[in-house]
Amino acid sequence: MNFLNGVSLGMLLFLISIGLTIIFGVLGVLNFAHGSLYMLGAYFCFQAVSLYQNFWVAMILSPFIVAVVGGIIEMSLLRPVYGRDVSFQLLLTFGVLLVLDDAVRLIWGSGYHIVDPPEALNGIVHVYGFTYPVYSLFILFIGPLIGLGLWGFFRLTLWGKKIRAASMDREMAAGVGINVNRLFTGVFMFGAWLAGIGGTLAAPLRAIGPSMGEKIIIESFIVVVIGGLGSFPGAFVGAMVLGVINAYGAQYLPKATMALPYILLAIILLTKPRGLLSREA
Amino acid sequence: MGGVFSKKRALALWAAGLFLVLGLPFIINTYMTLLMTEIMIMGIFALSFNLLFGYTGLLSFGHAAFFGIGGYITAFLMIHDFPSMPLAILVGSLVATLAAVVVGYFSVKLDEIYFAILTLGFGMMFYTLAHQWRSVTGGSDGLTGLVLPSLGAGFLSVNISTPKSFYYVVACLFVFTVAILLRIVRSSFGLVLMSIRENKERTAFTGIDIRAYRLASFVISGLFAGMAGGLFAIFDRMASPSMLHWTASAEPVLMTVLGGAHVFLGPVVGAVIFFLVEYMITKFTDIWMIFLGAILIPLVIFFPEGVLGTILAKWGKKQHIKGEEGARGEHS
Repeated sequence: MNFLNGVSLGMLLFLISIGLTIIFGVLGVLNFAHGSLYMLGAYFCFQAVSLYQNFWVAMILSPFIVAVVGGIIEMSLLRPVYGRDVSFQLLLTFGVLLVLDDAVRLIWGSGYHIVDPPEALNGIVHVYGFTYPVYSLFILFIGPLIGLGLWGFFRLTLWGKKIRAASMDREMAAGVGINVNRLFTGVFMFGAWLAGIGGTLAAPLRAIGPSMGEKIIIESFIVVVIGGLGSFPGAFVGAMVLGVINAYGAQYLPKATMALPYILLAIILLTKPRGLLSREA
Repeated sequence: MGGVFSKKRALALWAAGLFLVLGLPFIINTYMTLLMTEIMIMGIFALSFNLLFGYTGLLSFGHAAFFGIGGYITAFLMIHDFPSMPLAILVGSLVATLAAVVVGYFSVKLDEIYFAILTLGFGMMFYTLAHQWRSVTGGSDGLTGLVLPSLGAGFLSVNISTPKSFYYVVACLFVFTVAILLRIVRSSFGLVLMSIRENKERTAFTGIDIRAYRLASFVISGLFAGMAGGLFAIFDRMASPSMLHWTASAEPVLMTVLGGAHVFLGPVVGAVIFFLVEYMITKFTDIWMIFLGAILIPLVIFFPEGVLGTILAKWGKKQHIKGEEGARGEHS
């Protein structure tokens, strides 16, 4: 039961972290605003559901709009600062976070919103004597589905190969005729889309509020650091570890649960700073 | 800054600055006095942060840890009938320094974003500690109900609970911080820190122990952050977990970038801008961070040296040209 909860939480974290890690791997930018994009995904989902009364429409629309927002951010704000110090890029995306978080407050207010799961998934099932919401199972399935899709995309398609090439060596990729500018915009939009779908899927699970991005960004920082910044399987491992820790910790160490992820983060950074899956020390 | 001004002019500027700081409460109202007090406290915090960021090249995203520890210890002592406020602040700063030794020892091993994330992680550990350890820290409510005793100095006893008198307590410590930190960054120690910022490897090749210098910078920075935290707890009459949250760590970062990380007083100017923007906008709406973000983004893109940094650079150029003209004039 706990395990299932942990894994479904981990799936959401995985979707968000994978976007964060792809953006870092290719663009070299640690996107502080990634949690805000996730939050936007949840709010757009709420808006779309209240407009069309249909969760599936929201699931198509919301991540798409988040991706467009991401594209605008990349082209107008990030592009001028690629040459700069990493710290400045972090600060810039922090500025974006401030704007997005407050924009959400301006548009939807500071209160919490709730989205109901779609009709077809709104129920509970019995698994080995435990009751379990169908929607959580849905997330358990869709998470690996998107993960597999991504894996196929990166391994098998030309665009996937281009992205991997650019993440290994930006200049070399440009040298062999890859339009790096367009690729960067594409990758950022793609990362934003993933954050958007994460937010959309999370909407029926969690209360939607203006501080949800603030919380998830720290969690996904922890995930990508545990797995290794820029590492694809690392994000999966990190997300699962964090999800399960959160679920079990609440049962066995209720007081320390909040601190556990940070302690784990510190240990990993100090012993294997390039992440669990890295080969070098 | 040193290059721009002659010694005489620099002295005059400092005197004017000191005069302004000390004379301000006579011309502004109580509300503004409180605002200025807050600006100076956060100015100390931001200055301490910038020793690490602007001078040593380490972006800490967990600096609120030391601010919060200083605040909690000070508040804890004051609530439990500790006899002296200055001593409480001193103890608070020292405990924060101790914490900085431990956190710094581990953190300075890492660079750039890894350093930023590790400090963020440590900061959040202290946050959860304050949040969970209810019996001592008061949990999410924090430590409330600080009562200020009078500040005894021999037969003279001063009541510091009025805004004006507390302003002067803070002003003294603010001037003290500025003087000490300025002395530090202008010393050979400060030069080493800056050379570490510019090029870590080359500095190491000259035989300098990078980690020791970084740690020293981290610890000094923690000390002043702790002091700022202690003052803030007294200013607010409480210590709350939000003082330790990572969003609190972001405040000195914002102030420093607003004012300019590579000029000594940049963080202070940043603090002034930060609070003036807040003051002006919260008159109309509570949602003011969006404006701060809207200022921050173009600043990072177009003026990475910050407001004061950009102004001084422009002014410096002008001065420079003038100076050359002057020199030519002398020759003819």
